[in-house]
Amino acid sequence: MRALSLHLAVLALLLALHFVLPAYHHANLARIMVLAVFAMGYNIAFGYTGLLSLGHALFLSAGMFGAGLLIQHFGLTAAPALLIGTLAGAAMAALTGLLALRTAGVSLMIVTLMFAQAGYLTLLYFGAVTGGDEGFPVPAAGRVAFGLNLAAEGPRYLVALGLFALALMGNLALVRSRFGRVMVAMRENEERSRMLGYNPFAVKLGVMVLSGLYAGAAGAFYGVMFGYVGATFATIPYSILPLLYVLLGGAGVTLGPLLGAVLMFYLIDLASSHTTAQLAVTGGALLVLVLFAPKGILGSLRERGLASWLP
Amino acid sequence: MASVILQAEGLKRHFGGLKAVDGVDLALNAGEIHALIGPNGAGKTTLVSLLSGRQVPDAGAIRFDGTDITRLPAHERVRRGIGYTFQITAIYAGLSVFDNLALAVQRGHTRDLSRAVTEAAARVGLEDLLPQIAGTLSYGHQRLLEIGMGLALHPRLLILDEPTQGFAAGEIEGFMALVRGLVPATTVLLIEHNMDVVMALAERITVLDQGRVLASGLPAEIRANRAVQDAYLGGSHAGD
Repeated sequence: MRALSLHLAVLALLLALHFVLPAYHHANLARIMVLAVFAMGYNIAFGYTGLLSLGHALFLSAGMFGAGLLIQHFGLTAAPALLIGTLAGAAMAALTGLLALRTAGVSLMIVTLMFAQAGYLTLLYFGAVTGGDEGFPVPAAGRVAFGLNLAAEGPRYLVALGLFALALMGNLALVRSRFGRVMVAMRENEERSRMLGYNPFAVKLGVMVLSGLYAGAAGAFYGVMFGYVGATFATIPYSILPLLYVLLGGAGVTLGPLLGAVLMFYLIDLASSHTTAQLAVTGGALLVLVLFAPKGILGSLRERGLASWLP
Repeated sequence: MASVILQAEGLKRHFGGLKAVDGVDLALNAGEIHALIGPNGAGKTTLVSLLSGRQVPDAGAIRFDGTDITRLPAHERVRRGIGYTFQITAIYAGLSVFDNLALAVQRGHTRDLSRAVTEAAARVGLEDLLPQIAGTLSYGHQRLLEIGMGLALHPRLLILDEPTQGFAAGEIEGFMALVRGLVPATTVLLIEHNMDVVMALAERITVLDQGRVLASGLPAEIRANRAVQDAYLGGSHAGD
Protein backbone atom coordinates (compact mmCIF):
# COMPACT_ATOMS: atom_id res chain seq x y z
CA MET A 1 0.00 0.00 0.00
CA ARG A 2 2.80 2.36 0.97
CA ALA A 3 4.72 1.43 -2.16
CA LEU A 4 1.70 1.97 -4.41
CA SER A 5 1.06 5.38 -2.83
CA LEU A 6 4.65 6.41 -3.38
CA HIS A 7 4.56 5.40 -7.04
CA LEU A 8 1.33 7.29 -7.62
CA ALA A 9 2.74 10.31 -5.79
CA VAL A 10 5.80 10.31 -8.05
CA LEU A 11 3.56 10.22 -11.12
CA ALA A 12 1.41 13.04 -9.69
CA LEU A 13 4.54 15.10 -9.06
CA LEU A 14 5.70 14.58 -12.63
CA LEU A 15 2.28 15.72 -13.84
CA ALA A 16 2.39 18.78 -11.60
CA LEU A 17 5.84 19.68 -12.92
CA HIS A 18 4.32 19.84 -16.41
CA PHE A 19 2.52 23.02 -15.36
CA VAL A 20 5.27 24.76 -13.42
CA LEU A 21 8.64 23.89 -14.98
CA PRO A 22 10.44 26.46 -17.14
CA ALA A 23 10.74 25.45 -20.79
CA TYR A 24 14.33 24.24 -20.56
CA HIS A 25 13.77 21.85 -17.68
CA HIS A 26 10.39 20.85 -19.06
CA ALA A 27 12.06 19.63 -22.25
CA ASN A 28 14.81 17.92 -20.25
CA LEU A 29 12.36 16.04 -18.09
CA ALA A 30 10.46 14.72 -21.10
CA ARG A 31 13.75 13.33 -22.38
CA ILE A 32 14.67 11.97 -18.95
CA MET A 33 11.37 10.12 -18.57
CA VAL A 34 11.90 8.26 -21.85
CA LEU A 35 15.50 7.45 -20.89
CA ALA A 36 14.21 6.25 -17.52
CA VAL A 37 11.94 3.78 -19.30
CA PHE A 38 15.04 2.46 -21.06
CA ALA A 39 16.81 2.17 -17.70
CA MET A 40 13.76 0.49 -16.16
CA GLY A 41 14.02 -2.20 -18.79
CA TYR A 42 17.68 -2.53 -17.97
CA ASN A 43 16.85 -2.76 -14.27
CA ILE A 44 14.47 -5.67 -14.90
CA ALA A 45 17.36 -7.63 -16.40
CA PHE A 46 20.24 -6.40 -14.28
CA GLY A 47 18.75 -5.18 -11.01
CA TYR A 48 16.18 -7.89 -10.45
CA THR A 49 17.47 -10.89 -12.38
CA GLY A 50 21.21 -10.26 -12.21
CA LEU A 51 21.78 -10.30 -15.99
CA LEU A 52 24.62 -7.89 -16.65
CA SER A 53 24.18 -6.92 -20.30
CA LEU A 54 26.37 -4.48 -22.17
CA GLY A 55 24.24 -4.68 -25.29
CA HIS A 56 21.07 -2.80 -24.51
CA ALA A 57 21.87 -0.12 -27.12
CA LEU A 58 20.96 -2.81 -29.64
CA PHE A 59 17.41 -3.06 -28.27
CA LEU A 60 17.09 0.72 -27.95
CA SER A 61 18.15 1.23 -31.55
CA ALA A 62 15.99 -1.68 -32.75
CA GLY A 63 13.02 0.25 -31.38
CA MET A 64 14.22 3.55 -32.73
CA PHE A 65 15.04 2.33 -36.25
CA GLY A 66 12.05 -0.01 -36.28
CA ALA A 67 9.75 2.96 -35.82
CA GLY A 68 11.84 5.52 -37.73
CA LEU A 69 12.45 3.46 -40.87
CA LEU A 70 8.77 2.57 -41.19
CA ILE A 71 7.84 6.25 -41.02
CA GLN A 72 10.65 7.31 -43.33
CA HIS A 73 10.38 4.66 -46.02
CA PHE A 74 6.81 3.36 -45.78
CA GLY A 75 5.02 6.49 -44.66
CA LEU A 76 3.54 4.90 -41.55
CA THR A 77 1.90 7.15 -38.97
CA ALA A 78 3.32 7.43 -35.46
CA ALA A 79 0.97 5.07 -33.61
CA PRO A 80 1.62 1.84 -35.56
CA ALA A 81 5.28 2.75 -35.98
CA LEU A 82 5.69 3.15 -32.20
CA LEU A 83 4.00 -0.17 -31.59
CA ILE A 84 6.09 -2.02 -34.15
CA GLY A 85 9.26 -0.34 -32.90
CA THR A 86 8.50 -1.46 -29.36
CA LEU A 87 7.99 -5.03 -30.53
CA ALA A 88 11.19 -4.84 -32.57
CA GLY A 89 13.09 -4.17 -29.34
CA ALA A 90 11.54 -7.27 -27.76
CA ALA A 91 12.21 -9.40 -30.84
CA MET A 92 15.84 -8.29 -30.99
CA ALA A 93 16.22 -9.11 -27.29
CA ALA A 94 14.68 -12.54 -27.83
CA LEU A 95 17.10 -13.28 -30.64
CA THR A 96 20.08 -12.01 -28.67
CA GLY A 97 18.94 -13.86 -25.55
CA LEU A 98 18.53 -17.17 -27.35
CA LEU A 99 22.21 -17.09 -28.21
CA ALA A 100 23.80 -14.98 -25.47
CA LEU A 101 22.04 -16.55 -22.48
CA ARG A 102 24.01 -19.73 -22.97
CA THR A 103 26.68 -17.73 -21.20
CA ALA A 104 26.63 -15.95 -17.84
CA GLY A 105 28.58 -13.37 -15.89
CA VAL A 106 31.52 -11.77 -17.65
CA SER A 107 30.96 -13.87 -20.78
CA LEU A 108 27.42 -12.56 -21.02
CA MET A 109 28.74 -9.00 -20.83
CA ILE A 110 31.16 -9.64 -23.67
CA VAL A 111 28.72 -11.54 -25.87
CA THR A 112 25.99 -8.90 -25.52
CA LEU A 113 28.56 -6.19 -26.21
CA MET A 114 29.57 -7.98 -29.42
CA PHE A 115 25.95 -8.33 -30.52
CA ALA A 116 25.40 -4.62 -29.98
CA GLN A 117 28.53 -3.77 -31.94
CA ALA A 118 27.41 -6.06 -34.76
CA GLY A 119 24.09 -4.21 -34.76
CA TYR A 120 25.84 -0.84 -34.89
CA LEU A 121 28.06 -1.90 -37.78
CA THR A 122 25.04 -3.30 -39.62
CA LEU A 123 23.37 0.10 -39.35
CA LEU A 124 26.47 1.72 -40.83
CA TYR A 125 26.79 -0.91 -43.57
CA PHE A 126 23.27 -0.28 -44.79
CA GLY A 127 23.84 3.45 -44.66
CA ALA A 128 21.78 4.04 -47.81
CA VAL A 129 18.68 2.98 -45.88
CA THR A 130 19.57 3.89 -42.30
CA GLY A 131 21.31 7.17 -42.93
CA GLY A 132 24.57 5.70 -41.65
CA ASP A 133 26.58 7.94 -39.34
CA GLU A 134 24.38 10.94 -39.90
CA GLY A 135 21.05 9.28 -39.31
CA PHE A 136 17.91 11.02 -40.52
CA PRO A 137 15.26 13.38 -39.21
CA VAL A 138 11.83 11.83 -38.71
CA PRO A 139 9.34 13.45 -41.15
CA ALA A 140 6.87 15.76 -39.40
CA ALA A 141 3.89 13.81 -40.76
CA GLY A 142 5.08 10.72 -38.92
CA ARG A 143 5.24 12.45 -35.56
CA VAL A 144 1.50 12.75 -35.02
CA ALA A 145 -0.21 10.08 -32.95
CA PHE A 146 -3.94 10.10 -32.18
CA GLY A 147 -4.14 13.76 -33.14
CA LEU A 148 -1.31 14.70 -30.78
CA ASN A 149 1.65 16.43 -32.35
CA LEU A 150 4.62 14.82 -30.60
CA ALA A 151 6.91 17.51 -31.96
CA ALA A 152 5.18 20.10 -29.74
CA GLU A 153 6.45 20.60 -26.18
CA GLY A 154 3.16 20.11 -24.30
CA PRO A 155 1.88 16.88 -25.88
CA ARG A 156 5.41 15.51 -25.94
CA TYR A 157 5.79 15.84 -22.19
CA LEU A 158 2.41 14.27 -21.54
CA VAL A 159 3.06 11.37 -23.90
CA ALA A 160 6.44 10.81 -22.24
CA LEU A 161 4.70 10.84 -18.87
CA GLY A 162 2.05 8.42 -20.13
CA LEU A 163 4.71 6.01 -21.38
CA PHE A 164 6.66 6.38 -18.15
CA ALA A 165 3.58 5.81 -16.01
CA LEU A 166 2.66 2.67 -17.93
CA ALA A 167 6.22 1.37 -17.69
CA LEU A 168 6.52 2.16 -13.97
CA MET A 169 3.24 0.58 -12.95
CA GLY A 170 3.99 -2.40 -15.18
CA ASN A 171 7.37 -2.70 -13.48
CA LEU A 172 5.76 -2.55 -10.05
CA ALA A 173 3.21 -5.22 -10.95
CA LEU A 174 5.95 -7.38 -12.42
CA VAL A 175 8.23 -7.34 -9.39
CA ARG A 176 5.29 -8.09 -7.10
CA SER A 177 4.13 -11.00 -9.22
CA ARG A 178 5.10 -14.63 -8.85
CA PHE A 179 7.33 -14.28 -11.88
CA GLY A 180 9.00 -11.31 -10.21
CA ARG A 181 9.83 -13.51 -7.26
CA VAL A 182 11.40 -16.06 -9.60
CA MET A 183 13.46 -13.31 -11.26
CA VAL A 184 15.00 -12.38 -7.92
CA ALA A 185 15.50 -16.06 -7.12
CA MET A 186 17.56 -16.44 -10.30
CA ARG A 187 19.72 -13.51 -9.25
CA GLU A 188 20.20 -14.82 -5.72
CA ASN A 189 20.85 -18.50 -6.45
CA GLU A 190 20.33 -20.00 -9.88
CA GLU A 191 21.17 -23.57 -8.90
CA ARG A 192 18.72 -23.50 -6.01
CA SER A 193 16.03 -22.20 -8.33
CA ARG A 194 16.68 -25.00 -10.77
CA MET A 195 16.17 -27.50 -7.96
CA LEU A 196 12.79 -25.91 -7.27
CA GLY A 197 11.82 -26.79 -10.83
CA TYR A 198 12.47 -23.48 -12.58
CA ASN A 199 14.20 -23.57 -15.94
CA PRO A 200 16.86 -20.84 -15.63
CA PHE A 201 17.20 -20.39 -19.39
CA ALA A 202 13.47 -19.94 -19.94
CA VAL A 203 13.15 -17.48 -17.05
CA LYS A 204 16.12 -15.41 -18.20
CA LEU A 205 14.93 -15.41 -21.80
CA GLY A 206 11.53 -14.14 -20.67
CA VAL A 207 13.27 -11.41 -18.68
CA MET A 208 15.38 -10.41 -21.69
CA VAL A 209 12.27 -10.08 -23.84
CA LEU A 210 10.56 -7.88 -21.24
CA SER A 211 13.70 -5.82 -20.90
CA GLY A 212 13.92 -5.49 -24.68
CA LEU A 213 10.28 -4.44 -24.81
CA TYR A 214 11.03 -1.53 -22.47
CA ALA A 215 14.18 -0.61 -24.39
CA GLY A 216 12.37 -0.86 -27.72
CA ALA A 217 9.54 1.37 -26.49
CA ALA A 218 12.05 3.93 -25.20
CA GLY A 219 13.92 3.89 -28.52
CA ALA A 220 10.79 4.20 -30.65
CA PHE A 221 9.32 7.04 -28.56
CA TYR A 222 12.65 8.84 -28.30
CA GLY A 223 13.13 8.82 -32.07
CA VAL A 224 9.60 9.91 -32.88
CA MET A 225 9.27 12.47 -30.07
CA PHE A 226 12.58 14.19 -30.61
CA GLY A 227 12.54 13.76 -34.38
CA TYR A 228 15.90 12.16 -34.97
CA VAL A 229 17.00 8.59 -35.64
CA GLY A 230 20.70 7.82 -35.77
CA ALA A 231 23.29 5.10 -35.35
CA THR A 232 24.80 6.99 -32.39
CA PHE A 233 22.05 5.41 -30.29
CA ALA A 234 23.46 1.98 -31.13
CA THR A 235 26.93 2.77 -29.79
CA ILE A 236 28.51 1.46 -26.60
CA PRO A 237 27.82 4.58 -24.50
CA TYR A 238 24.08 3.92 -24.90
CA SER A 239 24.58 0.43 -23.51
CA ILE A 240 26.43 1.81 -20.51
CA LEU A 241 24.07 4.71 -19.87
CA PRO A 242 21.20 2.62 -18.42
CA LEU A 243 23.70 0.73 -16.28
CA LEU A 244 24.91 4.04 -14.83
CA TYR A 245 21.37 5.26 -14.19
CA VAL A 246 20.46 2.03 -12.44
CA LEU A 247 23.66 1.91 -10.39
CA LEU A 248 23.18 5.50 -9.28
CA GLY A 249 19.48 5.35 -8.49
CA GLY A 250 19.42 1.85 -7.06
CA ALA A 251 19.54 -1.54 -8.74
CA GLY A 252 16.54 -3.72 -8.02
CA VAL A 253 14.38 -0.78 -6.93
CA THR A 254 11.50 0.26 -9.20
CA LEU A 255 12.13 3.98 -8.75
CA GLY A 256 15.91 3.65 -9.03
CA PRO A 257 16.09 4.20 -12.81
CA LEU A 258 14.13 7.47 -12.67
CA LEU A 259 16.19 8.88 -9.82
CA GLY A 260 19.41 7.78 -11.50
CA ALA A 261 18.37 9.24 -14.85
CA VAL A 262 17.42 12.63 -13.33
CA LEU A 263 20.61 12.92 -11.30
CA MET A 264 22.97 11.73 -14.02
CA PHE A 265 21.32 13.87 -16.67
CA TYR A 266 21.69 17.02 -14.59
CA LEU A 267 25.14 16.09 -13.38
CA ILE A 268 26.35 15.88 -16.97
CA ASP A 269 24.37 19.01 -17.87
CA LEU A 270 25.87 20.96 -14.97
CA ALA A 271 29.39 19.69 -15.55
CA SER A 272 29.37 20.47 -19.25
CA SER A 273 28.48 24.09 -18.57
CA HIS A 274 31.68 24.47 -16.52
CA THR A 275 34.13 22.15 -18.22
CA THR A 276 34.56 20.15 -21.38
CA ALA A 277 35.64 17.19 -19.27
CA GLN A 278 32.10 16.33 -18.19
CA LEU A 279 32.78 12.63 -18.60
CA ALA A 280 35.51 12.88 -15.97
CA VAL A 281 32.94 14.34 -13.58
CA THR A 282 30.59 11.47 -14.35
CA GLY A 283 33.38 9.01 -13.76
CA GLY A 284 34.27 10.64 -10.47
CA ALA A 285 30.67 10.52 -9.33
CA LEU A 286 30.49 6.85 -10.14
CA LEU A 287 33.69 6.15 -8.28
CA VAL A 288 32.29 7.80 -5.16
CA LEU A 289 29.09 5.86 -5.62
CA VAL A 290 30.72 2.47 -5.98
CA LEU A 291 32.94 3.14 -2.96
CA PHE A 292 30.32 4.50 -0.58
CA ALA A 293 26.92 3.34 -1.84
CA PRO A 294 27.39 0.32 -4.10
CA LYS A 295 23.66 -0.40 -4.08
CA GLY A 296 22.81 3.05 -5.39
CA ILE A 297 20.88 5.72 -3.55
CA LEU A 298 17.54 3.96 -3.07
CA GLY A 299 19.22 0.56 -2.73
CA SER A 300 21.35 1.85 0.15
CA LEU A 301 18.33 3.42 1.82
CA ARG A 302 16.51 0.12 1.59
CA GLU A 303 19.47 -1.85 2.86
CA ARG A 304 19.87 0.36 5.90
CA GLY A 305 16.27 -0.26 6.82
CA LEU A 306 15.17 3.31 6.14
CA ALA A 307 12.84 2.17 3.40
CA SER A 308 12.85 -1.61 3.57
CA TRP A 309 9.40 -1.67 1.97
CA LEU A 310 10.62 -0.26 -1.36
CA PRO A 311 9.78 -2.80 -4.08
CA MET B 1 6.22 -56.83 -3.87
CA ALA B 2 5.97 -53.08 -3.62
CA SER B 3 6.13 -51.11 -6.85
CA VAL B 4 9.44 -49.56 -7.74
CA ILE B 5 9.25 -45.78 -8.15
CA LEU B 6 12.87 -45.13 -9.04
CA GLN B 7 15.26 -47.53 -10.66
CA ALA B 8 18.88 -46.87 -11.52
CA GLU B 9 20.90 -49.36 -13.53
CA GLY B 10 24.63 -49.42 -14.12
CA LEU B 11 25.17 -45.76 -13.25
CA LYS B 12 28.69 -44.54 -13.84
CA ARG B 13 30.33 -41.20 -13.30
CA HIS B 14 34.08 -40.87 -13.50
CA PHE B 15 36.17 -37.78 -12.91
CA GLY B 16 39.43 -38.46 -14.71
CA GLY B 17 40.86 -41.48 -12.93
CA LEU B 18 38.47 -41.17 -9.99
CA LYS B 19 35.53 -43.56 -10.27
CA ALA B 20 33.09 -41.62 -8.10
CA VAL B 21 30.16 -43.78 -9.12
CA ASP B 22 31.12 -47.03 -10.78
CA GLY B 23 28.22 -49.18 -11.90
CA VAL B 24 25.56 -48.61 -9.28
CA ASP B 25 22.15 -50.32 -9.34
CA LEU B 26 19.52 -48.91 -7.02
CA ALA B 27 15.79 -49.52 -6.72
CA LEU B 28 13.52 -47.46 -4.48
CA ASN B 29 10.13 -48.92 -3.55
CA ALA B 30 7.24 -46.49 -3.56
CA GLY B 31 6.46 -45.25 -0.07
CA GLU B 32 9.59 -46.46 1.70
CA ILE B 33 12.31 -44.64 3.57
CA HIS B 34 15.53 -45.77 1.97
CA ALA B 35 18.84 -44.73 3.43
CA LEU B 36 22.03 -44.33 1.46
CA ILE B 37 25.15 -44.62 3.59
CA GLY B 38 28.84 -45.09 3.14
CA PRO B 39 32.16 -43.65 4.27
CA ASN B 40 33.27 -40.22 3.10
CA GLY B 41 34.20 -40.31 -0.56
CA ALA B 42 32.05 -43.38 -1.22
CA GLY B 43 30.19 -41.54 -3.98
CA LYS B 44 26.92 -40.77 -2.17
CA THR B 45 26.77 -37.13 -3.20
CA THR B 46 27.71 -37.91 -6.80
CA LEU B 47 25.08 -40.64 -6.98
CA VAL B 48 22.44 -38.27 -5.65
CA SER B 49 23.55 -35.63 -8.17
CA LEU B 50 22.96 -38.16 -10.93
CA LEU B 51 19.52 -39.06 -9.60
CA SER B 52 18.46 -35.43 -9.22
CA GLY B 53 19.88 -34.40 -12.58
CA ARG B 54 22.56 -32.03 -11.34
CA GLN B 55 25.10 -34.21 -13.15
CA VAL B 56 24.84 -36.41 -16.23
CA PRO B 57 25.98 -40.03 -15.94
CA ASP B 58 28.71 -41.37 -18.21
CA ALA B 59 26.77 -44.62 -18.50
CA GLY B 60 23.64 -46.24 -17.13
CA ALA B 61 19.97 -45.39 -17.02
CA ILE B 62 17.51 -43.95 -14.51
CA ARG B 63 13.79 -44.64 -14.65
CA PHE B 64 11.32 -42.72 -12.52
CA ASP B 65 7.78 -44.04 -12.35
CA GLY B 66 8.33 -46.06 -15.52
CA THR B 67 9.80 -43.20 -17.59
CA ASP B 68 13.41 -42.92 -18.63
CA ILE B 69 14.69 -39.67 -17.11
CA THR B 70 18.41 -40.22 -17.68
CA ARG B 71 18.74 -37.22 -20.00
CA LEU B 72 16.17 -34.94 -18.40
CA PRO B 73 17.55 -31.69 -16.93
CA ALA B 74 17.21 -31.20 -13.19
CA HIS B 75 14.31 -28.75 -13.30
CA GLU B 76 12.27 -31.19 -15.41
CA ARG B 77 12.85 -33.92 -12.86
CA VAL B 78 11.66 -31.61 -10.10
CA ARG B 79 8.51 -31.00 -12.09
CA ARG B 80 7.94 -34.72 -12.37
CA GLY B 81 8.12 -35.08 -8.63
CA ILE B 82 11.73 -35.54 -7.55
CA GLY B 83 12.38 -33.07 -4.75
CA TYR B 84 15.86 -32.39 -3.47
CA THR B 85 17.21 -30.67 -0.39
CA PHE B 86 20.77 -29.49 -0.37
CA GLN B 87 23.49 -30.86 1.87
CA ILE B 88 24.94 -27.40 2.29
CA THR B 89 22.03 -25.15 3.09
CA ALA B 90 21.07 -23.36 -0.10
CA ILE B 91 18.25 -21.09 0.96
CA TYR B 92 17.92 -17.60 -0.49
CA ALA B 93 19.70 -15.77 2.31
CA GLY B 94 18.65 -12.31 1.18
CA LEU B 95 14.94 -13.10 0.91
CA SER B 96 12.34 -13.51 3.62
CA VAL B 97 11.28 -16.91 4.89
CA PHE B 98 7.94 -16.25 3.18
CA ASP B 99 9.56 -15.69 -0.22
CA ASN B 100 11.79 -18.73 0.18
CA LEU B 101 8.82 -20.97 0.79
CA ALA B 102 6.63 -19.17 -1.74
CA LEU B 103 9.14 -19.99 -4.48
CA ALA B 104 8.55 -23.66 -3.80
CA VAL B 105 4.81 -23.40 -3.07
CA GLN B 106 3.93 -21.36 -6.16
CA ARG B 107 5.20 -24.15 -8.38
CA GLY B 108 1.89 -25.82 -7.61
CA HIS B 109 -0.07 -22.86 -9.07
CA THR B 110 -1.75 -22.31 -5.72
CA ARG B 111 -4.53 -19.73 -5.68
CA ASP B 112 -4.18 -18.60 -2.08
CA LEU B 113 -0.42 -18.32 -1.91
CA SER B 114 -0.11 -16.80 1.55
CA ARG B 115 -2.26 -19.51 3.15
CA ALA B 116 -0.34 -22.27 1.39
CA VAL B 117 2.98 -20.71 2.46
CA THR B 118 1.82 -20.51 6.07
CA GLU B 119 0.88 -24.19 5.93
CA ALA B 120 4.26 -25.08 4.42
CA ALA B 121 5.98 -23.11 7.18
CA ALA B 122 3.91 -24.82 9.86
CA ARG B 123 5.07 -28.26 8.69
CA VAL B 124 8.61 -27.37 9.77
CA GLY B 125 7.60 -25.09 12.65
CA LEU B 126 8.63 -21.79 11.04
CA GLU B 127 5.19 -20.19 10.82
CA ASP B 128 6.12 -17.43 13.28
CA LEU B 129 9.23 -16.43 11.34
CA LEU B 130 7.72 -15.74 7.91
CA PRO B 131 8.76 -12.07 7.60
CA GLN B 132 12.31 -12.68 8.80
CA ILE B 133 15.20 -12.53 6.32
CA ALA B 134 16.30 -16.13 5.88
CA GLY B 135 20.00 -15.37 6.24
CA THR B 136 19.42 -14.10 9.79
CA LEU B 137 17.82 -17.35 11.00
CA SER B 138 19.72 -19.69 13.31
CA TYR B 139 21.50 -22.53 11.55
CA GLY B 140 18.99 -25.10 12.71
CA HIS B 141 16.13 -22.97 11.42
CA GLN B 142 17.90 -22.54 8.09
CA ARG B 143 18.15 -26.34 7.82
CA LEU B 144 14.43 -26.60 8.59
CA LEU B 145 13.66 -23.98 5.96
CA GLU B 146 15.70 -25.94 3.43
CA ILE B 147 13.69 -29.06 4.22
CA GLY B 148 10.47 -27.06 4.25
CA MET B 149 11.18 -25.87 0.72
CA GLY B 150 11.73 -29.45 -0.41
CA LEU B 151 8.48 -30.55 1.23
CA ALA B 152 6.53 -27.62 -0.22
CA LEU B 153 7.18 -29.01 -3.70
CA HIS B 154 4.98 -31.96 -2.67
CA PRO B 155 7.44 -34.36 -4.30
CA ARG B 156 6.67 -38.01 -4.89
CA LEU B 157 10.30 -38.77 -4.14
CA LEU B 158 12.17 -36.57 -1.69
CA ILE B 159 15.96 -36.75 -1.61
CA LEU B 160 17.30 -35.54 1.72
CA ASP B 161 21.05 -34.94 1.51
CA GLU B 162 22.47 -35.06 5.05
CA PRO B 163 19.46 -33.30 6.53
CA THR B 164 20.36 -33.54 10.22
CA GLN B 165 23.76 -31.92 9.86
CA GLY B 166 23.84 -29.03 12.30
CA PHE B 167 20.72 -30.05 14.21
CA ALA B 168 20.68 -30.06 18.00
CA ALA B 169 19.66 -33.33 19.67
CA GLY B 170 16.13 -32.09 20.35
CA GLU B 171 15.67 -30.99 16.78
CA ILE B 172 16.56 -34.45 15.48
CA GLU B 173 13.56 -36.00 17.26
CA GLY B 174 11.21 -33.53 15.58
CA PHE B 175 12.87 -34.14 12.23
CA MET B 176 12.45 -37.90 12.49
CA ALA B 177 8.75 -37.52 13.30
CA LEU B 178 8.43 -35.23 10.26
CA VAL B 179 10.03 -37.77 7.91
CA ARG B 180 7.95 -40.63 9.29
CA GLY B 181 4.86 -38.56 8.56
CA LEU B 182 5.81 -38.24 4.89
CA VAL B 183 5.58 -41.92 4.00
CA PRO B 184 3.87 -43.67 2.34
CA ALA B 185 2.56 -40.70 0.31
CA THR B 186 6.15 -39.68 -0.42
CA THR B 187 9.13 -41.94 -0.98
CA VAL B 188 12.21 -40.75 0.89
CA LEU B 189 15.85 -41.27 -0.06
CA LEU B 190 17.91 -40.31 2.95
CA ILE B 191 21.65 -39.67 2.78
CA GLU B 192 22.77 -39.56 6.36
CA HIS B 193 25.88 -39.87 8.49
CA ASN B 194 24.10 -40.16 11.80
CA MET B 195 23.67 -43.94 12.25
CA ASP B 196 21.07 -43.55 14.99
CA VAL B 197 18.86 -41.62 12.60
CA VAL B 198 19.44 -44.14 9.82
CA MET B 199 18.67 -47.17 11.97
CA ALA B 200 15.59 -45.52 13.47
CA LEU B 201 14.11 -44.33 10.18
CA ALA B 202 15.21 -46.50 7.30
CA GLU B 203 13.22 -49.47 6.09
CA ARG B 204 15.96 -50.41 3.67
CA ILE B 205 19.59 -49.37 3.47
CA THR B 206 22.05 -49.27 0.60
CA VAL B 207 25.73 -49.04 1.45
CA LEU B 208 28.15 -47.48 -1.00
CA ASP B 209 31.88 -47.90 -0.91
CA GLN B 210 34.36 -46.64 -3.50
CA GLY B 211 31.62 -45.93 -6.00
CA ARG B 212 30.01 -49.37 -5.82
CA VAL B 213 27.13 -50.91 -3.92
CA LEU B 214 28.64 -52.89 -1.07
CA ALA B 215 25.37 -54.17 0.34
CA SER B 216 21.66 -53.47 0.21
CA GLY B 217 18.92 -54.75 2.48
CA LEU B 218 17.03 -54.44 5.76
CA PRO B 219 18.72 -52.55 8.61
CA ALA B 220 19.28 -55.77 10.54
CA GLU B 221 20.96 -57.39 7.54
CA ILE B 222 23.19 -54.39 7.01
CA ARG B 223 24.14 -54.33 10.66
CA ALA B 224 25.12 -58.00 10.49
CA ASN B 225 27.00 -57.68 7.22
CA ARG B 226 30.67 -58.30 7.76
CA ALA B 227 31.90 -56.40 4.71
CA VAL B 228 29.90 -53.34 5.80
CA GLN B 229 31.33 -53.50 9.27
CA ASP B 230 34.84 -53.64 7.89
CA ALA B 231 34.42 -50.90 5.34
CA TYR B 232 32.28 -48.51 7.24
CA LEU B 233 30.63 -49.14 10.58
CA GLY B 234 33.73 -50.54 12.24
CA GLY B 235 35.95 -47.80 10.91
CA SER B 236 33.59 -45.05 11.86
CA HIS B 237 32.94 -46.44 15.33
CA ALA B 238 36.61 -46.89 15.97
CA GLY B 239 37.06 -43.21 15.22
CA ASP B 240 34.41 -42.10 17.76
